[in-house]
Amino acid sequence: MGIAATPRAQARIDRLDRIWEEHRGLVGWLTTTDHKRIGILYFFTSLTFFATGGVEALLMRTQLLAPDKHVLGPDAFNQAFTMHGVTMIFLFVIPMATGAFGNYLIPLMIGARDMAFPRMNAVSYWIYLASGIFIYVSVVIGNAPDAGWFDYVPLASREFSPSSGIDFYALGLMFNGIATTATAINFIVTIFKLRAPGMSLNRMPLFCYAFLAVSFALIFALPPLTAALGFLELDRRLGFHFYDVAHGGDSLLWQHLFWIFGHPEVYIIVLPAFGIATSIIPTFVRRKMVAFPLVALAEILVAFIGFGVWAHHMFAVGLATVTTVYYAAASLIIVIPSGIQLFAWITTIVTGTPRFKTPLLWIVGFIVYFVFGGLSGITFAVIPFDQQLTDTYYVVAHFHFVIFGAAVFPILGGMYYWFPKVTGRMYDETAGKVSFWLTFAGTAITFFPMHIVGFLGMPRRQYTYAPDLGWSALNLIESLGAYLLAAGLLLVVANLAVSYFKGEPAGNDPFGGDTLEWSTTSPPPHYNYAVIPKVTSPYAMWDREDREEDARKLDRGELTLERGHETAASTVLDADWDEVLEMPSHSWSPVMVALSLSLVFAMLLLGHWVTAGVFTGLVALVIFGWHMKEPQEA
Amino acid sequence: MAACAALAGCGAQSPLEPKSDASRQIATIWWVMLAASVVVFAGAVALLAMGWLRRERKGLPFVGEREGLSTALVVTFGMLIPAAALIPLFAWGNFTVLGATDAPDPGSTRLTVHVVAHQWWWEVRYPGARAVTANEIHIPARTPVNLVATTDDVIHSFWVPQLNRKIDMVPGKTNRILLDADEPGRFRGQCAEFCGLQHVHMGFFVQADTPARFRAWLERMAEPRRAPTTAQQKQGEQVFLDEACSGCHTIRGTSARGDVGPDLTHLQSRTTLAGLTIPNRAAYLRQWVRDPQHVKPGNKMPAIGLDRRELGALIDYLESLR
Repeated sequence: MGIAATPRAQARIDRLDRIWEEHRGLVGWLTTTDHKRIGILYFFTSLTFFATGGVEALLMRTQLLAPDKHVLGPDAFNQAFTMHGVTMIFLFVIPMATGAFGNYLIPLMIGARDMAFPRMNAVSYWIYLASGIFIYVSVVIGNAPDAGWFDYVPLASREFSPSSGIDFYALGLMFNGIATTATAINFIVTIFKLRAPGMSLNRMPLFCYAFLAVSFALIFALPPLTAALGFLELDRRLGFHFYDVAHGGDSLLWQHLFWIFGHPEVYIIVLPAFGIATSIIPTFVRRKMVAFPLVALAEILVAFIGFGVWAHHMFAVGLATVTTVYYAAASLIIVIPSGIQLFAWITTIVTGTPRFKTPLLWIVGFIVYFVFGGLSGITFAVIPFDQQLTDTYYVVAHFHFVIFGAAVFPILGGMYYWFPKVTGRMYDETAGKVSFWLTFAGTAITFFPMHIVGFLGMPRRQYTYAPDLGWSALNLIESLGAYLLAAGLLLVVANLAVSYFKGEPAGNDPFGGDTLEWSTTSPPPHYNYAVIPKVTSPYAMWDREDREEDARKLDRGELTLERGHETAASTVLDADWDEVLEMPSHSWSPVMVALSLSLVFAMLLLGHWVTAGVFTGLVALVIFGWHMKEPQEA
Repeated sequence: MAACAALAGCGAQSPLEPKSDASRQIATIWWVMLAASVVVFAGAVALLAMGWLRRERKGLPFVGEREGLSTALVVTFGMLIPAAALIPLFAWGNFTVLGATDAPDPGSTRLTVHVVAHQWWWEVRYPGARAVTANEIHIPARTPVNLVATTDDVIHSFWVPQLNRKIDMVPGKTNRILLDADEPGRFRGQCAEFCGLQHVHMGFFVQADTPARFRAWLERMAEPRRAPTTAQQKQGEQVFLDEACSGCHTIRGTSARGDVGPDLTHLQSRTTLAGLTIPNRAAYLRQWVRDPQHVKPGNKMPAIGLDRRELGALIDYLESLR
């Protein structure tokens, strides 16, 4: 609390500190169920995978720096672009956005003390980590998947890809999907049930709307992927024929299933970024978001319509015209909710009094690149044009503007924005601005020329090119841009790392933030809030009287829930007081579940079906044991 | 196109140097989309720039801080203007241009060409004629051609950007595309769907000739191989038939009927080897036969370890297949 606590309030705070205390050191991290510590684990793990995917990108750009180079051979290059895609999408962006940002911030923003299922939250993290390691074992043994992240059959069938790389891919992504699904369920229940009493849905921050939309999208998008991967493994390992044309299967079945997952996936990647943008903008322009209900609706609509556009990835496969025209129309309709959000951000900035500090700069960069990538995206809804440019570098340019420019820029801006909250220290503003401009320029220099190279006819996914096709100069520029981009990103990490040790103390609310998390200490205590906060608007932190009321309540001992590991549950729509929930505390079970499940997947990979079954029994035992032990009484 | 030259000089494989009505229509719709996009992008950046210039003042010029007007702006720019722009674009692109660039009805054209994709080369057949070739597709200019595209293994994509949009070759499917070149010329194409190790070295070109020249070419290609005349060439043919070569390649007029690699009956009618990887000249051909895995790692052709004399005879023979 911002106000110096009275002795009575301090006594309550000390009591809550005792109740919510976790183990120290390594054991603490292994057994934690604190959503903030899990968020930090997610952050460092996904950051490591981001660096790994970045190295893969730099290797490719170095190979393509000039024609006929031999930095990577064809095999290594194919593995590099496959792993780059898999890593960035499944092991970096989703876990970073949902696992790190969502986990850390959502309970704070809604005034809860933890996620709805704290131990399942920990299970999600450990499974995510295990699945990442599982997939990367293939790289370590020199046998990484090499059929692209989209893994089209029959190239990925046993006949054309006999090595186990594809099995690492298929099993690894199924494994990973368990973690993501559990996280999504956790978010939905948390957002629906744990909002502070008073935070009815129309008073919920737009950030939470974005994560609610993402969570629903994940729950519906992942099953088709899991089914597709399951069919693939059955085909490859047990001689089934789901994708085998010679035996009545269909190779396009894979493409349909993959893109039913794959296109919603694009919005799953971008929506958290939208959420971050709608958090940062009001704070730095000192103004509420324009058209709040429209933006909330647009966030939900994007996630929903995103399920109806998948076949625009398949315009060249020879579908019936009536089919392709439908998907083209759906793809254009999705422009509208995107346009609403875009102009809501722009109008909010223009009508406010913006302070162009580092976090807002990243958001402005995001808006510029989102407009750019959005416009090039519209061109794919023109079927003949799509069929002309698809699978060229024009596509690579488009989706890097969207996925890197539009999805990752807000994540980087968000790192700066919430750094003071998480660490209690300020980042360096000058280095922050320099890091932004380096990354902004690096992105443009790397990805803009790819549009032109696409128009010069250069297809994607080729490990080299001949000098006489007119592609050399632009490829050189792209590669140099990639090094500049890498320098910008390294400066972000360096700035935050140095500031962690040497930054100025930040205080609770260094930016005049709009949402609840700024009302607690930096870093927040394990229980987030000593008093379940009072909420009367989506900009709870700007309601000064409510925050002062919280401080008085602490003094009086109202809504402090200090009898145990407790948080408040409220009703779904209106957030009326519902009940006090007893939350589970730290536990070894989550990490044990992930470990035993790793053994199951390792045995599936090795084809030891019976042993895999035995280990599945072990997983069941661990889960049983977990439920035998009731939440601790304080 | 002048604007194309501004884009750092277009290459031989550019969709912005159209050489057919289909590609021209697609290029035109692109230039219009580009012009509209430049306006939208410039507008968005200008608004952000205004936000920066007026960062000390609240509200917009004229609009001020009124919430209703701000929302109206969002609705206008975010919903109404996009809808007004996208509906005509949709109609033009997905009805007019789509129809104009679509595959012709089967049997509606005088010529059908059947291209079968293989890892990593193109087999070219002319239904109704015995002509078979590889990687170099001859068509008559100013004549609509129905190109039938299928695959023998994984998914490939047939793409000659100067002539039309691309079409995937999917197992179990028979896809078609229209080729109708404005004038005689050579138009480069390349596999556009990732198809494995040597995806990059799966190039081809379409050679459009005058109809008379095309007919002559087709007749010549339908003939069996020219019988070897010198002793050296005869020995070369024997090497070809005795060694592994004939297991994979066909030379019509001999007993070689393999169907793994390209038909070599008229090898010297082609100007390139290995999917446009190297020129078809004696020195390159010799290097290719001696060590194909060095030239194009991972391709299906093995080195068969001929001695110097056998190799010389074989190359001499292959050089005679006109």
